[in-house]
Amino acid sequence: MTAPLSIVVVEEDRDRATAIVDALKNSGECEVHVIGKTSGLARKIAIHSPDIVLIDYDNPTRDMLEELTLASGPLERPVAMFVSGAAGELAQAAIEAGVSAYVVDGLRPERIKPVLDIAVARFQIVRQMRTELAETRRALEERKVIDRAKGMIMKAKGLNEEQAYMLLRKTAMDQGRRVADVAEALVTASGLLS
Amino acid sequence: MKTLSVSVAYMPLVDALPLIAAQELGFAEAEGIALDLIAAPSWSSVRDMLSFGRVDAAHLLSPMPVAMALGLGSVTTPLAAVSVLSVNGNIIGVSRAVEERLRAHGYGFDFRDAALAADALAASIDGPLTIGVPFPFSMHVELLHYWIESTGLAKQGFEVRTVPPPLMAQALEDGTINAFCVGEPWGSVAVENGVGALLLPGNAIWSFAPEKVLAVRTNWAETEPELLTRMMRAVWQGGRWAARPESRTAAAEMLSRPEYLGVPAEVIDRALTGRFIISSRGEQRKTDGHVEFFDGAANFPWRSQAQWIGSRLAKRFDLDQKESQSTAAGIFRSDLFRAALQNTGADIPGASQKLEGAIRHPTAVASLKGGLILQPDTFFDTCIFEPLDEN
Repeated sequence: MTAPLSIVVVEEDRDRATAIVDALKNSGECEVHVIGKTSGLARKIAIHSPDIVLIDYDNPTRDMLEELTLASGPLERPVAMFVSGAAGELAQAAIEAGVSAYVVDGLRPERIKPVLDIAVARFQIVRQMRTELAETRRALEERKVIDRAKGMIMKAKGLNEEQAYMLLRKTAMDQGRRVADVAEALVTASGLLS
Repeated sequence: MKTLSVSVAYMPLVDALPLIAAQELGFAEAEGIALDLIAAPSWSSVRDMLSFGRVDAAHLLSPMPVAMALGLGSVTTPLAAVSVLSVNGNIIGVSRAVEERLRAHGYGFDFRDAALAADALAASIDGPLTIGVPFPFSMHVELLHYWIESTGLAKQGFEVRTVPPPLMAQALEDGTINAFCVGEPWGSVAVENGVGALLLPGNAIWSFAPEKVLAVRTNWAETEPELLTRMMRAVWQGGRWAARPESRTAAAEMLSRPEYLGVPAEVIDRALTGRFIISSRGEQRKTDGHVEFFDGAANFPWRSQAQWIGSRLAKRFDLDQKESQSTAAGIFRSDLFRAALQNTGADIPGASQKLEGAIRHPTAVASLKGGLILQPDTFFDTCIFEPLDEN
């Protein structure tokens, strides 16, 4: 019987953190700690003396963890990202999914793999949701700009809404640009001229 | 001709300019390539993207590929630094509290004399400085150690802490650090936010320090020599454009765009001109050669520059000097630089090594076209670094 793995998840967003923690806990014996605030990150991690640290690939505070990989860092045991041997492929999968993992040197690969498989899957879902959210936001923003441009055209040229949109679309097609880009250019230009 | 895409990871900093200019101004297109520039959230991710093959090339801190070759840090994929993207460009600054103590001590913030600044600091503070840097393997860290170790500041001791540059001003404000060494625009941002004052430009410590390099995986350089040559030529052109005084306004505007740095052009302009506002009192200081993208063969990856880095790392991490320097020398690929840039109008030095710190005045040296003038590369303590013989 081996001691449960100690895992630290660095994640500011509570909902995301909970989702990841639940998934990891369901996988079996491990203790999971979440660190939300990243100031004094290295010290906070050292308190838990974890076997594995998981952090979002896009988190700029990742560079703070790099300090821990130096032997003279605040952790007694050096931490290394899984890069060699059996873990090599996992590293690639993890980067694709958007999770970086720091693993205590010497931890057996068969103990790391199940945890990382779960982390990778979970981060992939989270990342997908985030991309979708960003897409939705962008679409909404574009909708607003297109509506404003339509309004301007209607007013300036005395067209109805459908005609105004057709004009926008035709201009975009002629110039090989997106409708939203043409609309944005119009709104910006009229802002400059007004 | 079909346009080939080369993906390049970079950190959104002023010194990413040669890469951005190469793409935006059509130098890449002229070489039949497109640079797919990918902004990264941290140096670790730039390194990982390059090491694990997500990108073909990267904007890296010059000590990173050397440290990796020496087995330091968590990734050790063999990399090649094929050119130097920028020389100098770092700024050392202090918190408002330290600034006040220095002023009380009569220090005039000359923004020039590194020995004087160290003495003033040593006399004004009564504990070790905690200094924020962007990454454990960076010219920032090497310059700090070099500076502090040979001045009166060494007695006080100091601690170096990694803080991502965009968070540097915040860390200064909340007291996590009381000094920093960072690339622009982040030093000026600390001044703008009223949380710090600028003490010294990096070139006050070493007047010709290789700051960022263009790096690729060594095996990619071997399997894609044609693509590598085209990219290197395009980026070299980008650096030449970036160095011209008449490019500055356009360069600052380009970098300020939200897809690149998203910082006001006026703040970026300070790094490009070397004219800084150093404190909340609005004091101005000018430094020459704050960031150099081209002149004096700035892009040439001198093997001796890598050896200096290797030697410093060996000293700090207790590694064998001779072995470390020899490994380091092989990372700065002056051979690949020569091969890629011959017949382009580039004036390339005849030698691949020099005594670092020995050039006190602009000096004409033997070169491909015979017109090369090297710029001063002195250290503040006037020491000269003689690289160990490689045989």
